[in-house]
Parts: sequence; structure tokens; C-alpha cells
Amino acid sequence: MTTEAHVHHPNYVKIWAVLVLLLIVSVVGSMSHIRNVVLIAAFGVALVKAYLVAKNFMHINIEKRWVPYLLIMCLLFIAILFAGVAPDVMKHSGENWSKFPAKQGAVTSGGPATKNE
Amino acid sequence: MSASAKPIANTRSGTGIPTVRLITWWVIASEIVIFGGLLATYVMHRLGHPEWTEAASHTNTWAGAFNTFVLLTSSLCAVLAHQAADAHDGPKAAKMLRLTVLGGLIFLTVKGFEWTKDIHEGFVLSSGGFWSFYYTLAGLHGLHVLAGMIIMLIVAADAAKNQELQRVECIGLYWHFVDIVWIFLFPLLYIAR
Repeated sequence: MTTEAHVHHPNYVKIWAVLVLLLIVSVVGSMSHIRNVVLIAAFGVALVKAYLVAKNFMHINIEKRWVPYLLIMCLLFIAILFAGVAPDVMKHSGENWSKFPAKQGAVTSGGPATKNE
Repeated sequence: MSASAKPIANTRSGTGIPTVRLITWWVIASEIVIFGGLLATYVMHRLGHPEWTEAASHTNTWAGAFNTFVLLTSSLCAVLAHQAADAHDGPKAAKMLRLTVLGGLIFLTVKGFEWTKDIHEGFVLSSGGFWSFYYTLAGLHGLHVLAGMIIMLIVAADAAKNQELQRVECIGLYWHFVDIVWIFLFPLLYIAR
């Protein structure tokens, strides 16, 4: 931090090496056919990588306390958005209603553009 | 320009954080809402549409992994630029920033090849829900990478002359955030199948 007291700089190359190692773990883990292993390898490792980058590269742990609070508040807004909208988006039917195209999987099959486009 | 000649808003730090860094954190906070909203929307749609798995199987995990490696390495260069700026070594900070830009360039080149292949295979923005999210998320992220590269080159030009070294840290913060977004995009678009 060039305009105030200097921060202690850790060994960044070592942290980068750990991040690359975690990347390898996530790629190797994704080749597994066990669903839980894939999920942990993909998203568990992503969370750890994001934490390491935020802590060591962005120095969020030594930033003024309200900065992480501000960022966490933004994440909470996302959680509220998810909680409010997800039940409608993820459910394809309920009491006296049904989303027929979604249930049939006809609209968003993800096929090539040449088919029925 | 000397510090005393700057407008007062640039030099004060009422929050205990220099204004330039304060602005950067606010930009990042707003970006969290932009990317977070998109990612949350993608996740809920993905959970609601198991049939998207087939579409997701067409993405190239190796290309995504290589790009993750490139961005992690460019983040290392960005933080080493910050370290050099802290030591008042502007030329070294500039060199590290330019290496970071090179990382961004490699990232976008790989993305370009990937998209060309996808489009040739008939997977375009309108091919289905998965592909709409794929191009929107990766496209928006790519625009952020491009914007970061341009700003970084401007900051590097000043840093090389030992000027405005405080900006080196701020563009680094932005770049690390862009890196974190990709850290989540990689498993969501390339691994979860």
C-alpha cells in the first residue's frame, strides 16, 4: 500500500504454487465418476482458491474491517436473490400449476443451432 | 503532478483508506452484485434443467483449466507489481503489469479459439439455455479482462516513470477479482456435467 505503511508481503510464488496444485486437484477430481468427489473437487476447491487469492493477493485480511463487511453484504444480497427466485425457477410444477415445456425438456435441450432454429 | 496539486478528493482518506483504493473496493462490490446475480441465476436454472448436462459436456475442460492457470499466473504478476510499487521500484512494477497484460492476452486468445470451435459446431448464443449463459458469463468476464488490460497498460506507463504508484495496487485488486470470478466460472461451465 504505497500511500501508507507498507504491508508485509508473503512469499507469493509459494501461494501461486498452492493455487496451481489446487487447480490440478480440481481437474483430476472432475474425472471421477463419483458425483460427490466431482462436486468437492470443483466447488470446494474453488472456494479455497478464491479465499487464498482474496487473503494473500488482495490482502483483505489486513484491510479496514468494513471492507470485508461491504463485500459480504453484497454476497448476502445474492443469497436473498437466490432464495427468492430459485423456488420458482427450479420447480417445474406445483399445486395447480405446471411448466410443460420445462418438464418435457423441449425448450432448452442445448442442441446445435442447426436443429429447429 | 505532485500530491499537493491534486484535488482534495484524491488525497483525503476519511474512511482510513486512500480514496483511490476506496473507489476500487466500491467497484468490486458492485461487480460482485453483477457477476453474483448472473452466477446465481445460472446455478438455479442449471439445477432446474438437468438436460443442460448434455450441452455442458461440449465445453473443453482442458482449455478452461489452461485459462485458469494463465489467470492465476497473471494474478501472481499483478501482486508482484504491487510489491515492487511498495518498494518504489516503478520500472519493475511496470514490467510485472505488462506481464499481467500478456496473461490477459493469452486468456482471450484461448477463449477466441474456443468460441470459434463452438460456433463452427453450431453452438451459438441461441442454441439453448446453457449456451446463452455460457456466452453471456464468459463474454462479460472477457470484457472485464479486456478493460483490465487497457487500464493496466495506462497504469504501467506511469509506473515506469515512478509516477502514481498507488494505482498499481488498485488495478491489481481489480485483476484479482476478475481472477476470482473465473475461479468460479471454471467449475460451473467446464467441470459440472
